Amino acid sequence: MDKDTIVISLENVSKSFDGEKVLENLSLSIHDKEFITLLGPSGCGKTTTLRIIGGFETPDEGDVYFSGERINELPPYKRNVNTVFQRYALFPHLNVFENIAFGLRVAKYKEARIVKNVERMIELVNLRGFEKRKIDTLSGGQQQRVAIARALVNNPRVLLLDEPLAALDLKLRKDMQKELKNIQRETGITFIYVTHDQEEALSMSDTIVVMANGKIQQIGTPTDIYNEPENAFVADFIGESNILDGVMLEDRKVKFSGQTFECVDAGFGEKEPVDVVVRPEDVDIVPMEKAQLRGHVTSVVFKGVHWEIIVDIDGFKWMIQTTDYCAPDSDIGIYIEPDAIHIMKKSEFSDMFGDYSSYSEEFEELSVAQPEDEEEEEPSDNAEARQ
Amino acid sequence: MKKKSFIEGFAAVPHVVWMFLFVLLPLVFVVYFTFTGADGKFSFDNITNLSRYLHIFLLSICFALIATTLCLLIGYPLAYFMSRMKPKTQKILVVLLMLPMWISLLIRTYSLMAILDNGGLFNTLLESIGITRVHIVGTPGAVILGMVYDFLPYMVLPIYTSLSKLDNRYYEAASDLGCNGAKSLFRVAIPLSLPGVVSGITMVFVPSISTFYISQKLGGGLFDLIGDTIEREFQNKSTYNIGAAISLVMMVLIIISVAVMNRFSEGDENERGIIV
Repeated sequence: MDKDTIVISLENVSKSFDGEKVLENLSLSIHDKEFITLLGPSGCGKTTTLRIIGGFETPDEGDVYFSGERINELPPYKRNVNTVFQRYALFPHLNVFENIAFGLRVAKYKEARIVKNVERMIELVNLRGFEKRKIDTLSGGQQQRVAIARALVNNPRVLLLDEPLAALDLKLRKDMQKELKNIQRETGITFIYVTHDQEEALSMSDTIVVMANGKIQQIGTPTDIYNEPENAFVADFIGESNILDGVMLEDRKVKFSGQTFECVDAGFGEKEPVDVVVRPEDVDIVPMEKAQLRGHVTSVVFKGVHWEIIVDIDGFKWMIQTTDYCAPDSDIGIYIEPDAIHIMKKSEFSDMFGDYSSYSEEFEELSVAQPEDEEEEEPSDNAEARQ
Repeated sequence: MKKKSFIEGFAAVPHVVWMFLFVLLPLVFVVYFTFTGADGKFSFDNITNLSRYLHIFLLSICFALIATTLCLLIGYPLAYFMSRMKPKTQKILVVLLMLPMWISLLIRTYSLMAILDNGGLFNTLLESIGITRVHIVGTPGAVILGMVYDFLPYMVLPIYTSLSKLDNRYYEAASDLGCNGAKSLFRVAIPLSLPGVVSGITMVFVPSISTFYISQKLGGGLFDLIGDTIEREFQNKSTYNIGAAISLVMMVLIIISVAVMNRFSEGDENERGIIV
């Protein structure tokens, strides 16, 4: 049972709903004791992937293996997997204790053992004193803990979490992220975590699987994904990126924005068109005479830790994060270190992302805050107030 | 604010008048007749004489309980399977279930009698395939069959309503936690649809206990139920007061049983079943 053992693998899995392809030829191996995150925007197929692993959907094509055994048609109740559902799906007719004990009662455990295991879980998720409470008297955060305890108490080999923190407010979400990570470390259970929040994915995961349009775009550690995005989609979805059209002149030399830059990437064809990624925090503002590129500041927003400025360079709007203040409407020069330039092959996503000309804070907020999913939502909004 | 409440009060006037004329006033009459003799003088005789009708009360309760139990046993699985069908199929099934309710109860009961009668369709059919005729009309079974047939939709609909409101994720969660179909049914579906069950039981039990037409037609006049007795006593001017007394006692019995039933769904205050 070490990290190299593969617990679950999907092989060439495809799935359609009403003729619409949701997953296309997806292959993925999940290792033992791993915290793996499926990350992507709404409709990228991440939840469907999770539901196939949980047994709630069967793949149209391809196979699912659990410890080497094919489990395509195995119903959920026969799988050594438990799920924390998106809006928890706690049983409203049972109190906290009985919700957590549900799986053990179904498995017909002895009462003493049930009490012992449930108490241990209640301890683990900090819900002591809430045993007799009705579910609808709990706040969102508390319900979330019950959902985790209800799944974990069955000691599954793999825990599936479907956007478990989506309904919580920011502060609580941050706390729960830490707590979930700790629980995963303590229990040594494999976590498969679905989210559309890239920050959440970066801070919790051992491995991130970035998905879009039913396909895996990249699999890697959080640092890999951030520093070496495979294509324009990944670069744009994870963090902020300036993505420019460029041409690879030779190994370690790339031309974009009319200038030739030193870089550290090699192995591309001569004169090959590429996508160039520069992270906003990697752009240095320098005096004009040292500048590689010159531009005009169109907007400046104070972000606390840094300023976020939009700079127009030959019609392309760059985002730059800097601790030095620049006045709006001023002209500035910028310099980019060779190792801050990341080169990617052209992909279907090229030219779709990377320019900040239509950038608007509110729009960004809206598109992130959008709770995703097909289900109707009615999380217990004022349970907190009722206490 | 004051003006609004005046308009609101004004709008309520017809309802208040209606309730007074057709609910409160008749009730007052029932109470009045219960506690007066045929001569119009105050007396408790009607109530004290009711012990004569004890066997009728017991028989009615017995019939109604059996019919309600049968409706529940047939209706719950029916409602459950309906709620698990595709939405389109569900709609068709609901219409099919409602269809008989668009026809008068009297006509339905009368046709059932015609079918089950000694010379009716059912027995003709039996005879044509070489089985001897069965005497059905005039047996307790026929009366209960009539009640089940007439009132089954009242059991199925409220249960179906609470089951179809149940989010599929509860079933998924149950399955995730180790429940196969049967275990999900007993551990999740039944407890969560209890309000529907309670209103279904109420909606079948109340008309079953007070029916008179079904027992007259399908019982062949052999079974005297409360409903029949009330009808008979009211048709005779001299026993008007007895009829009122029986009605009053039955009403009290129904109120008690409904109150007891509602205790069962106490927990779900938001989703308490419909009270008839």
